[in-house]
Amino acid sequence: MRRSRFPFIVTVAALLFLYLPILVLVVNSFNASRFGGGWRGFSLVWYIRLFHEPAIWQAARTTLIIALSATAVSVILGTTAALALHRYSKSRLQRAHFALIYMPLVMPEILMGISLLMLFVSAGLPLGLGTIFLAHVTFCLSFVAMVVLARLQDFDESVIEASRDLGAGGWTTFRKIRLPLLWPGILAGGLLAFTLSVDDFVITFFVAGPGSTTLPIRIYSMIKHGSPPLINALSTILLVLTFAAVALSQRLSRPKTKEAA
Amino acid sequence: MTPSAAGPAPPGGFLEFQNISKRFGTIQAVEGVSLEIRKGEIFSLLGPSGCGKTTMLRLAAGFEQPDAGRIILDGRDITDLPPNKRRINTIFQSYALFPHMTVRDNIAYGLRVAKKPKSEIEAEVEKMLHLVRMTDQAGKKPDQLSGGQKQRVAIARALINKPSVLLLDEPLAALDLKLRQRMLIELDLIHDEVGLTFLYVTHDQGEAMSLSDRIAVMEKGRIEQVGTPAEIYEAPRTSFVAAFIGDTNFLEGEVVDIQDGEYSRLRIEGLPEIVCFNDKTIRPGNSVFLSIRPEKVHISRDRPEESRLRNILPAKVEDVIYLGSMTKYWVRTGDHRIQALRQHARIFLDEKPIRWKDEVWIWWHGDDGFMLERYRERDESLIAAPPQNLEESPEDEDKG
Repeated sequence: MRRSRFPFIVTVAALLFLYLPILVLVVNSFNASRFGGGWRGFSLVWYIRLFHEPAIWQAARTTLIIALSATAVSVILGTTAALALHRYSKSRLQRAHFALIYMPLVMPEILMGISLLMLFVSAGLPLGLGTIFLAHVTFCLSFVAMVVLARLQDFDESVIEASRDLGAGGWTTFRKIRLPLLWPGILAGGLLAFTLSVDDFVITFFVAGPGSTTLPIRIYSMIKHGSPPLINALSTILLVLTFAAVALSQRLSRPKTKEAA
Repeated sequence: MTPSAAGPAPPGGFLEFQNISKRFGTIQAVEGVSLEIRKGEIFSLLGPSGCGKTTMLRLAAGFEQPDAGRIILDGRDITDLPPNKRRINTIFQSYALFPHMTVRDNIAYGLRVAKKPKSEIEAEVEKMLHLVRMTDQAGKKPDQLSGGQKQRVAIARALINKPSVLLLDEPLAALDLKLRQRMLIELDLIHDEVGLTFLYVTHDQGEAMSLSDRIAVMEKGRIEQVGTPAEIYEAPRTSFVAAFIGDTNFLEGEVVDIQDGEYSRLRIEGLPEIVCFNDKTIRPGNSVFLSIRPEKVHISRDRPEESRLRNILPAKVEDVIYLGSMTKYWVRTGDHRIQALRQHARIFLDEKPIRWKDEVWIWWHGDDGFMLERYRERDESLIAAPPQNLEESPEDEDKG
């Protein structure tokens, strides 16, 4: 029987549509040409130039500080939220809680950015690292909560009962049983939060102040002042890091296959 | 039946349920149940799913709180104690082993959270590994073990805390038949070795019969009957118990008179009068159900000798079901379908085997039937479609 080629063609077309722009960017980052356009030979010159740009390093540092601190805090808050949502899933209060947690996942970023900006300004908070950190925690914790909650949904609660039954108190059970078993989910949520924080542009753009430029914002301004090859190189590095984090996150959040009895 | 290693049980309960009720939403899971479980015995809670037996176990473990009633363990009221403060341990149906810990760490868990000295933990774990014959698997994680091995780890993990009572929640349900039979023997051996009180929950009558000292049959959140396996099988108090434990034939009738105060004559539509032992306060005129176990019903081509206490009926074979060690015959007499279970296809060696559509005689002794006062509506389903359990062994009549 002759198999139809149609699915193959559609798949290739879809992959091209999705990844061709990125591929062009990656290839161009190794292009010796200054203005893009034609291929002038393979070169690592842009990557080397990148290492001598203090503004970029400053932005990278800012980004990393915010991403790490926002991840840490949102992991703790998100996990706590997921535990509460899971435990009292039937109460009306927790259903409202769920809606609140879910909202940032579907709300347009620009809306969140503007509203946060208005909040910070009216609260008299100086825009800077602190406000970016708060904004990032706001949306990151939702993602962490959702990932951990998914993990909790196929959690075998009988091991918790077994631990209690064997004489462990609530805290010991949490520390020795719940947390270790939940750990891959928490880690996956954390990695997701980290990636989101690193490449967030819209919200950050609104709540950033002078002296607190993150990488995405720096890249945007570099485009305006015209140094595309540098951006290509920088983007490629970011791309590799993001892919690695997402791949790791997916690996960890994949539910364990049920072992055969 | 198992003679308890702890010797003869002292009178009174070791684990007592006093008037326990528990409701989940609109469902009354347990209703006013009182039970006394003696020290050192294997006590089974037997019943169909949803009868409240698992709720009883969870109440004993402390995972649920009763709405009413008290739970007493060894003279102490434990109703309000959390699970970790009760000297009761559970073997879960799913085993509930900690997947991130090795077999050794699983077993050591109870002693570790109790902050026992390291040397003591190691010694106890070795002892337990030896008891359940898992010493060479001690480094494995639960997902590398077979069902039977997981089961044994769960037993060791529960026993290491030296509980007063061990709760077992359908511990064999997830195992295949052969393994289940082996684990049943192992459980029995372990019970004899450690000599503690077992509260065993199951829906499998075979398991309950072969393992228990006493059984409580539960239905709809209530206790139907408590007794030894032989009592439950030989003298069921309600038609539910009669139908749930093994197969039985039910015939609806009315008591005509009582002879010598011991035997009653019954009128059953479409049949001659039936003689039945009457140990109950059943009076002439009462409607009753006569229950006869299939293995008590004899079947033959030839008419048997008449005898005062022998009920003899002509019948026609409607179905012959070969079960290996046994053959089951469904016969029709009058309007009644009766099943007979015989070990041999024929009574005499020179006799032809009984086949479908044969005209035969069936008979049973008056002592082998028992009368039950009108069964309730809800038992109908059990009687209309008698459970056909190929593994059930009717040799229980030797018990007691």
